[in-house]
Parts: sequence; C-alpha cells; structure tokens
Amino acid sequence: MTNTEIRPVGPEPSRIRRSRRNRGTGQPRKASESTAATTLRTRGTRLLAVLFLAPTVVGIVVFTVVPIVGSVVLSLFQWDVIDDPRWAGAANYREILTDSTVLVSFRNTLVFMVLAVALQLLIALVLAIAVNGQMPKWLRSVFRSAFFFPLVLSAASISVVMKYLFNQDFGPVNWLLGTVGVPSVPWLTSENGAMAAVVLAYVWQQFGFSFLLFVGGLNNIPKEVHEAASLDGASGVRKHLAITLPLLSPTLLVASVVGIINALQVFEQPYVLTAGGPGDSTRTVVMVIYETAFEQLRFGEASAVGVLLFALIMAVTALQFRLSRRYVHYQ
Amino acid sequence: MPGPRTSPTASRVRHGLAPWGRIAGLALCALLTLGPVIWTVSTSLRTPAESFDLPPKIIPTNPTVDAYRGVFDQIDVWLYALNSTLVTALIAAGQMITAGLAGYAFARLEFRFKKPLFALVLATMMVPLQVTMVPVFLELKTMGLTDTLLGLIVPAFPTAFGTFLMRQYFMGMPKDLGEAAMIDGAGPWRVFRSVYAPLAAPGLAIVGVLAFNYHWNEFFRPLILETSTENLTLPLGLVSLQGNLGTGSISVVLAGVVLSMIPAVAVFVVGQRPLREGITSAGVNR
Repeated sequence: MTNTEIRPVGPEPSRIRRSRRNRGTGQPRKASESTAATTLRTRGTRLLAVLFLAPTVVGIVVFTVVPIVGSVVLSLFQWDVIDDPRWAGAANYREILTDSTVLVSFRNTLVFMVLAVALQLLIALVLAIAVNGQMPKWLRSVFRSAFFFPLVLSAASISVVMKYLFNQDFGPVNWLLGTVGVPSVPWLTSENGAMAAVVLAYVWQQFGFSFLLFVGGLNNIPKEVHEAASLDGASGVRKHLAITLPLLSPTLLVASVVGIINALQVFEQPYVLTAGGPGDSTRTVVMVIYETAFEQLRFGEASAVGVLLFALIMAVTALQFRLSRRYVHYQ
Repeated sequence: MPGPRTSPTASRVRHGLAPWGRIAGLALCALLTLGPVIWTVSTSLRTPAESFDLPPKIIPTNPTVDAYRGVFDQIDVWLYALNSTLVTALIAAGQMITAGLAGYAFARLEFRFKKPLFALVLATMMVPLQVTMVPVFLELKTMGLTDTLLGLIVPAFPTAFGTFLMRQYFMGMPKDLGEAAMIDGAGPWRVFRSVYAPLAAPGLAIVGVLAFNYHWNEFFRPLILETSTENLTLPLGLVSLQGNLGTGSISVVLAGVVLSMIPAVAVFVVGQRPLREGITSAGVNR
C-alpha cells in the first residue's frame, strides 16, 4: 500500500538497492542514500503521521481542550441543564467566594494537601533509604512489593474497609492504639479525627508511589559518593541530610509535584469514609464540584469552582518549581 | 559481596542502624501496610457474630464463606464484574493502540506542527480530570452516551501519559533498523509494522497494565456517568453494598471488597514489573 504512494516521487526501491550494491560501504554512499531515505520519509510519512495521531489528538481536543474552554465559558453562565443557560458574568464567582461551604472546602483541601504530602514523602523517604541498605535480595523485593501493594487497590473499596478500621468502638485502629496505652480516638465523629482518618487512609494507599520514585532515585546516586563521605567520617544521619537529600532533590521535586497535584484532587476517601463530615470538616473541593453539579444541578457554579481549583493547582505547581530552582541540585 | 559494603564499619556508618534493627523496623512497617488487607480477608471469612472480635483473630475460629454467598444475594456481582471487565479491557486495548501509534509518530515520523502538537499532549497531562468533568459530562449527554458503558470507554482512549511513555520507548530504539528496512524498500508503514511495532511489546504492556489497574479501580467517572443499576461497575456496586451496613454484617461488605480486589491482585502478581516501571517513569518524566 505505501509502496505505491512512494513511487511517484522518490527513487524506485530497486534503484536504492542497486546503489547500495554499487557503492559498497563508504561515507559518500551514506550521504546520498540518506537523501533518498528523506524523500521516502517525507512522502508516505505525512499521511501516516496524520493517521497515527488522529485518535489521540482528536480525543485530547474533544475530551480535554474543549472541556477546559467549556469550563471557563460555563462558569460565566447559570445553567441547570433543563432551562436555557443564562448569562451570569462574574456572579458565579462572587457567589462561590462568599459561600462558606466552598471556602471551607478549599481550606480543608489545602490542610489535607499539606498533611498528606508531608507525611507521604517522609514515610516514603525513610522506608526507601532503609530498603536501599544492606539486606538479602529476596527480602528487599518482599519489602518493595509490600509497600507498593496498596497502590493497586481501589481507593473506593479500601475506603469502605477503612471506615470499619477507624470505628471508634470496635475498630482495630483504636484497639491497636489501646494496646500501647492511647485512649480511644473519635476518628470519624470529631472534626480533627475525621481529617486525620482521611489523611491516614490516603497516605496508607499513596506512599508506595513516592517510595518507588525514591528507590529509583537512590539507585541513581553513585556509591562512591557515600563511600567518600564515610571515609571523611560523616555519621549516618548527617550523611543522609548532607548528601543523600541534595542528590535526591530532583526526585523529591517530582514526588512532591505529583503528590500535590494528586492530593488537591482527593475525592474517594472523604466521600466514602466521612461523606464530608462531621459538618463540613472533611468536605474537599472535588466533593463540592460533584455535589454542586450532579446533585444540585448548578453547572455554572460547579464550573467556577473547577476553574478556581485548576488555577490553584497551576499556582502551587508554578510556585514549587520556582522555589525548587534554589534547592534542587542536578548532578 | 565485595567492596566496602561488607566491611562492618562501613555498613554501620552507611546505614546508621545495625542491619537487623533496620530490617525489623521495615518488617513492622510492611505488616502495618498489609494489615488492613489481611484483616479484610480474615473478617470476610468470619461469622457475623465473630466479625467484631477484638483482638482480631487472623485465622477465624469458624471459617465460613457465608459472607461471599451474601454478596451474590445482595448485588449482581456477575453483572458488575462483567461491566468492569468490558470497560477495563476495552480501555486498555484502546490505549495500547492509540498510545502506540501516536508515540511512534512523535518519535519517528516527520510532519509539520510536531513540536506544538507534542507540547499540547504533554500539557494535558497536567489537567485534572475533575476540572473538565462537567463539560465532558455535557458533551457525552449531547452524544447520548451518559449512562452507557461506551460513555465510560471512549473518553478514556486518548492517553497523554501513555503517548509520552511510548514516544520515549520508540526513541530508545536504534534508528538504523528502520533505515536498513527502508533501504530494502520498505515503506513507512512496513517499517512501523514489521520493524518497530514488534519491538514495542514491553512498552505497550506497561501502558496496558497501568490502564487496567487505573480503570478497574476507577470510581469518580462511573459515579457521575452511570445511573442505572445495570450499568454499575464493581467499585460502585460495592459502595452500594455498604449501604446495607445498618442491617447486614460487615463480613458481607468485606467479602465484596475481597472479590473486587481479586483482579487487581492478579494484575499486581503478573504485571508487577510493568506496573512498577510505569509508575517510576510516571514520576521521572513528569
């Protein structure tokens, strides 16, 4: 099929073959052939590129680019899908910025983000450094698989499980804490307890992601660096602070950027575990988008919240890259 | 093991802790990590009377599969599993095709607007699903695809991350192979089909396994799109099972959780390496 398309412009395939036989293997041959190959390439290639890219590019335009524009446009209208959309201008934004539930949801999401990302990175880092130490190979892969395992489970179904684990009276979490003398914690029925439970459930499932990144990053640090430091008499903790961390900083940046973007979109854990409560204490931005659009059918306001969330994600990520310029070291 | 790692002083300095202390700590953390899963499996095998037992016994005294029977009585597990399988398998297959083709085009074909198009694909990796969900829902509504499985499948076909991954994969392959084939008279399609595509199988496996894992567990999109009971996927069916919490036993709910975990665990066992590689490169490349 493609051969017939090529023939009219490029040299005949047979002629290329002949030229190869005639000239043997020399530099000049290569030059002339690469022009032949270029002609070949530019011809059938353009059609092929269009065909190959069409599904992805059309899909991305229809299901991402248009919806982004749509979100912004929609945020300027009032619409319940039943009646015609009504122009609202900035009214939606004014409304959501004075709506206490929306404001609280942004505060909750930021609090959640800080706690979840900090905890997740800390746990992952300590475990990755520990796993990277000396031990039998099979043991290392057992640990690696164990920490990675929760990632493959469904956040929704594991949140169902967590709801029982965190039950104040018969939940194993309080029982476990009780064995070390910690009094019963009202996990799901108090504001701070609920936030803590949501954070812990999320971190439990997510830390494996950063862990895998760190294990990969640590493997990329040349062994000689640590050996040199040991010879200079650096102690364990000091060495990790002074050497491992700076060398790992590009991986740390990636892990924190991905971690933050994901944390700002948290939904399943608070939805299943606490349904946003008690009160609004664990209601997150995405939950508000969901409820405003699909339960209250206020699509304009929901889009406005979505646009604000998008702006927040972009701002936080940009800020992070800015700050990292000073702290991230590339080898 | 040769080198300074074996010498006792070096290893003490290197790790800060004696190896056994570190390994014990790791073992405790691994136990805590797997604890909820072990508890879920063991509770699902208990009788309702024993399900709240504390301390939780790992091995139930009277193991029973009644809870699993209860799941099948209360929700249509087979239907939801079939829906989930259909959706997940089609998305995984679709993503392997679209990402394979687009990744190859970006890596090996010459065409106009290549750079801006690639930048567009990369940029969409950053856009959260939740932000675009309302307009996507409205689009699907005009197409008549809300509350259908197709509405879940089609928007998931294009994958920015998969495209990026496959581009990297194809870029890593020697250029000479394709050039040699071209000199032998192969057209661009032949070069792709006969030379590069077969070599891309491991990369495509990563895309497929990641897609399977993600979409099998997906909750947000099905929650918004699917309203009829017969269109629910397993995670949704499960949360509806939890609605019976007041009356039913937790064993039944947890049995449902275990059932929904089986394919994810299977993917973990079979596709552990591709999954790990996919996740690692997700971080490294973003």
